[in-house]
Amino acid sequence: MGSFLTNYEEVAAVILFVIGMANLLLQPNLIKKIIGLDVMDAAVYLFLAAKGYIEGRTAPIVVDGILDAEHYINPIPAGLVLTGIVVSVSVSALMMALTISLYREYHTLNLDEIMMKLRKEEE
Amino acid sequence: MAFVQNFPFFCIILSMFSAIISFVLNGRAAKYVHIAMVTSVLILSLATLSFVAGTGESYTFMMGHYPAPWGNEIRIGELEALMAVFFSLIMLLSVFGGMAHIDREVQNSKKNLFYILLDLLMASLLALIYTNDLFTAYVFIEINTISACGLIMIKKQGRTYVSAIRYMIMSLVGSGLFLIGLTLLYCITGHLLMSPAKEALAQIVAAHSYHVPLLVIIILITVGLGIKSGLYPFHTWIPDAYGYTTPASSAILSSLVSKGYIFLLIKIFYRVLDFNSIISSHMVNILFVFGLVGMIMGSVAAIKENNIRRMTAYSSVAQIGYIYMGIGLGTTAGMVAALFHVISHGAMKSLLFISISGLTEVSDGHSDFKSLKGAGFRNKIAGAAYTVGALSMIGMPLLTGFVSKYLFASAATTAQNKMLAAWIVLAVSTILNTVYFMRTVLTIYTPVSAEMRKPHGIMPSRIETAATFGMILLNVGLGVASQPVIKAIEAGLAMFG
Repeated sequence: MGSFLTNYEEVAAVILFVIGMANLLLQPNLIKKIIGLDVMDAAVYLFLAAKGYIEGRTAPIVVDGILDAEHYINPIPAGLVLTGIVVSVSVSALMMALTISLYREYHTLNLDEIMMKLRKEEE
Repeated sequence: MAFVQNFPFFCIILSMFSAIISFVLNGRAAKYVHIAMVTSVLILSLATLSFVAGTGESYTFMMGHYPAPWGNEIRIGELEALMAVFFSLIMLLSVFGGMAHIDREVQNSKKNLFYILLDLLMASLLALIYTNDLFTAYVFIEINTISACGLIMIKKQGRTYVSAIRYMIMSLVGSGLFLIGLTLLYCITGHLLMSPAKEALAQIVAAHSYHVPLLVIIILITVGLGIKSGLYPFHTWIPDAYGYTTPASSAILSSLVSKGYIFLLIKIFYRVLDFNSIISSHMVNILFVFGLVGMIMGSVAAIKENNIRRMTAYSSVAQIGYIYMGIGLGTTAGMVAALFHVISHGAMKSLLFISISGLTEVSDGHSDFKSLKGAGFRNKIAGAAYTVGALSMIGMPLLTGFVSKYLFASAATTAQNKMLAAWIVLAVSTILNTVYFMRTVLTIYTPVSAEMRKPHGIMPSRIETAATFGMILLNVGLGVASQPVIKAIEAGLAMFG
């Protein structure tokens, strides 16, 4: 139990990841799916940011002449978060564009209804 | 450093730059740029392959001036170069084979976008093959997903939008799982480059620490890439995605996109997680079982299907099952068989999808079996091509499918406790394959009246015919002269170690 309390950021990140993934998979509404996707991605960034931070240390920018690595945090997780945000923005944008096209075609945002209309079309 | 060692880097940059300049070109110019790019990638990869095969050892190529463990790297071995050669060859043949369809089915204003997507797909596939850095792999996985989604919906009809969104949802779940697996891996090893990460992992395994996180990482990465490549229980997007888009896209999606992920998975197994720890974690057994189930269920679903393109798409599910079954054997021979099947399935499926487009064209564009009766008489070349592809799928000797099945069957003997299960399912799956592929071949050669033998619809252009012949040759060539390819795969796998 103790490790859950000390690593509460990671625990929160994993819970958020599961919530996001469940939304992405199970929600019939396309907008809610996209929100789920964004929650899922944000959870990973929270995880990375929490892992990258070490208490009592600062960002690795030398201002007062301290060159000892012990004084600074690892900057790579922050870099990964930035790259990941760029990727997830483009994916969300693509999903939203698809949602707009689907709405224009079928006049609903509910994927189940779209599938039903599609089946009727084919018959 | 020899000049030829720069070629893999040139390939990636060349395909990215062709995508960028195609934004300001019209459709026709973008097409020529794309063809020139893929041809030069093919030639450069052939040169790389002969260089690596000549020296007999792999090398790493620094991207930027920071040496490993900090900088970014690509790594070139015989297997990577071989994959690059086949991927660019199949890409080239598929684009030629589907060219008339692209011209008809894609809006004029969107044509250059189609070729941009293909350029980006080539870039991301090459990067997935060559990269030595896990996070770069993740970024290119997403680029691959986005361009594949664009290829699915390029016809801009309601049906294809639905396919695209279903593909995106499953794919994004896969990349999410892969990303969090990657994050955990970085947390316990502190490295993103494959070789230092493997060294750090070896120390962790030797110290018997982080046992549970390591297992979670293996599961997350395998399941993530498994979903993206269409492993059996996660295959629901496949028939929709391959069944309705333009033929060149179907061919490329089924023979290249999912294979890129499988290759990356194999690479991670060997170069990061260490194949022995994959075996001791029993992940291979799970892959083996899913592969076997996929081989049967994919074929059963294909038998029930009444639409020839969706049927072929379901057959892809079964073939992906073959590949995972080979990986799941957990032996080097199984892995060689799986990698050979990656190439051979690419050659067969692109041929099938391109010939199906020729058959449906002469049947007023319908793809159900009733309309396809006698289509083989209406379009003789496509009929012959489909027959070759179908025979290859069934495992006719002299064709590439036979070599795959032979390799799988003989690899099964190296995995004692899995031998019987693999053989039985291989036999059942071959019978099921025969049922639905022979039914299709019999349908397209059903005797029909002379009136029905005349083509109605559009006949294939000369370039499509040439591409079809090229694909038939590739299938026969891989079947007859499979030894050099198998040798190259074995040498490449040894270089992975």
